[in-house]
Amino acid sequence: MRGSLHAEWTKLRTLASTFWLLLATAALTVAVSAAAAAAVRCPAGGCADDPAKISLTGIYLGQAVVAVLAVMPVSGEYGTGMIRLTLAATPRRLIVLAAKAAVLTGLILVTGTIAVFASLLAGALILPGHGIGPSHGYPATSASDGPVLRAAAGSVLYLALIALLSLGAATALREAAAAIGAVLGLLYLFPIIAVFTGNASLSRHLEQIAPMTAGLAIQATTGLNSLPISPWAGLGVLAAWAAGALVLGGMLLRSRDA
Amino acid sequence: MKPTRWARIHDRGDDLRYHLAARDRAGFTRLLWAEFTKFRTVRAWMIALCAAAIAFVLLSFLSAFESRAPVPAAPAGPGGEGVCDTYMFVHRTLAGDGALTARVAALSGAHTPLSPTSGNAFGVSSKGHLGSQLQPGLAPWAKAGIILEPDTNQGTAYAAVMVTGSHGVQMQYDYTHDSPGIAGPVGPSSPRWLRLTRAGDVITGYDSTDGARWTEIGTARLARLPRTVQIGLFVTSPVYFPAGAGAPTSSVATATFDQVSAQGDLPRRSWTPDPVAGFYPTVPSASTWQQRSAGAFTISGSGDIAPLVGDIISAQWAGASIVNGTIAALLSVIVIATLFATSEYRRGLIRTTFAASPRRGRVLAAKAVVAGSLAFAAGAIATAIAEVITRHVLAANGSYLFPQSGPALARVIIGTGLLLGLAAALAVALGTMLRRSAAAVAAGTVLLVLPGVLGSQSGNWLMRFTPTAAFAIQATLPRSNLVTSAYTPPNGYFPISPWAGLAVLAAYTTVALAAATWLVRQRDA
Repeated sequence: MRGSLHAEWTKLRTLASTFWLLLATAALTVAVSAAAAAAVRCPAGGCADDPAKISLTGIYLGQAVVAVLAVMPVSGEYGTGMIRLTLAATPRRLIVLAAKAAVLTGLILVTGTIAVFASLLAGALILPGHGIGPSHGYPATSASDGPVLRAAAGSVLYLALIALLSLGAATALREAAAAIGAVLGLLYLFPIIAVFTGNASLSRHLEQIAPMTAGLAIQATTGLNSLPISPWAGLGVLAAWAAGALVLGGMLLRSRDA
Repeated sequence: MKPTRWARIHDRGDDLRYHLAARDRAGFTRLLWAEFTKFRTVRAWMIALCAAAIAFVLLSFLSAFESRAPVPAAPAGPGGEGVCDTYMFVHRTLAGDGALTARVAALSGAHTPLSPTSGNAFGVSSKGHLGSQLQPGLAPWAKAGIILEPDTNQGTAYAAVMVTGSHGVQMQYDYTHDSPGIAGPVGPSSPRWLRLTRAGDVITGYDSTDGARWTEIGTARLARLPRTVQIGLFVTSPVYFPAGAGAPTSSVATATFDQVSAQGDLPRRSWTPDPVAGFYPTVPSASTWQQRSAGAFTISGSGDIAPLVGDIISAQWAGASIVNGTIAALLSVIVIATLFATSEYRRGLIRTTFAASPRRGRVLAAKAVVAGSLAFAAGAIATAIAEVITRHVLAANGSYLFPQSGPALARVIIGTGLLLGLAAALAVALGTMLRRSAAAVAAGTVLLVLPGVLGSQSGNWLMRFTPTAAFAIQATLPRSNLVTSAYTPPNGYFPISPWAGLAVLAAYTTVALAAATWLVRQRDA
């Protein structure tokens, strides 16, 4: 296992695109979060906006880059034929998948932590100027605060789970375009269908089972009673999707010729 | 006359240019054919394209099937449009020409308590008798005034002059026509005199602040108005959208009329109270009247006399099903069109392609045209089928369907095809620029779908300035300045006009194709 970990780490580390994609994840997350915070207008106070959720809007875009990053270690190897070499070196294929998952998770956890806390910092600097801050009756968004800390740590875990979901999808589908299309479809399709569904209870059920809407419930710090699903249960739904994708990918990896 | 030598040379030059142009055209046609063959012979892409069309229809069908919102059919107005026609009417019969004058001394309003959850007006008002729990608040389009109509049937023609909650005095006729009178609210210190006169087919509305100096607001010509009509006082108050509330609520308005006087041939001396009931959500038992003296009344009413717009009744916007189908097809189209561009790079085929046709810009153009046309065809066919199916399913579910004109339907079908076609061309450009499938599919999805995730609930600037603006091409519902409603995408209203929205996507596609052309000429393949 340690050898596999080392091999996967070397493969990922020495790809120039890995660094750029990690940088893009952090930069885009922070940039979109800051833009969302700057776009809020609540001069009179008393808005229903959730400061932590606004400060973490960038996750919506950051997760797409994470998905690209997480698809590459598998789809890239299939694209170049490298996968046959990898599997010849480590015939226990699930070990390969586990090593890829571990290395990816570690990278995303580090990058995600930087991105999430920079986003919260940007929000804390920008939002009070737009009517959402302690002077307007909002609790200060400090990362040591219980719900805000949960939102921040949960967002980092969310990105890691998105990476695992993408890795599983890529292992199952092999083709990068199909895998990324499936993952982003899973993430972005549900919320839109929930919005454009005339049936309110169906729309709520969709938000409870969709990986993105359920998973991002972890970002809510206000109005917890009106959430379609409670924060940790929501993250659990995403974890179930990720586990399902990994199990499916692992089974196909074992049973198929590479 | 024999042509001169110079003329002959000139002719030959024209010939040559003509031949070159023809060969050019033939060259591009051959290129198109080559690209089409490349697409056609990858069976997975053809299957995926058909699957996208099938997913479109299936998802449209499912979302129409799942919408269970049976509502009574709305009446049709004089122009065939859906209308609301619910109000309290205290009237007399007028034979021939005549007039009615009244002073509105006060107008106040109340609404049922707000529900914290989102929903529609029907869901709120159907909770039972709420008369004792009303909260004060006058709807902006609460109406009280004088109305004239041939009968009290639903959707009948009418002309009325009225005071409103916050739009001053208005003259309105036949649901959609409107001209403003004196601005400002009505109250004890600012009463309003109103007058409506009839001369043949022509109804004229007047207003005054003192009952002495009158101003004409406007005239209405009601075609085929019978000799005997109903004229009287009316009060109504529409669904109320209080600021910051998640859901609208039904409301009631109460008006104090005095100095009421009628001219003309009015056969019966007494006034007839008539709560004109329609499908509109109202405050229960809100229609009351009281005659304080010969010319003084206090009347309460709930409802609206206005064109029907989305979200006022809980009917699902039929097009919402089409949006759902389009999104599903859009994702598949992005993946297929991206692969169409990137797979040549991955397999090295691009070097052969460029060796065969060294004009790289034209290769890219041919690819964009082929992918775009195929996506257009799949999208237009799927939309046409989905339109037929969803309207049948919604009608079978008992949902009210807004009347839809042929040109609007054609716009939705062609426009949705164009949306998918332009998206495919954009994906080809992104694939050519980025060369990596994963990055290109992600970029395409982020550009075409993510703004919808973030902006479709409220219909904010994301639905105006990003490629998602193109979904406005599917908007078909009537919008009215005379009705307060939630004009948001889920209810069928987009923050940009249909063709302008599609033009936004076309602009993105053009810029991306230009950038890709420039890059592909600069770079080694």
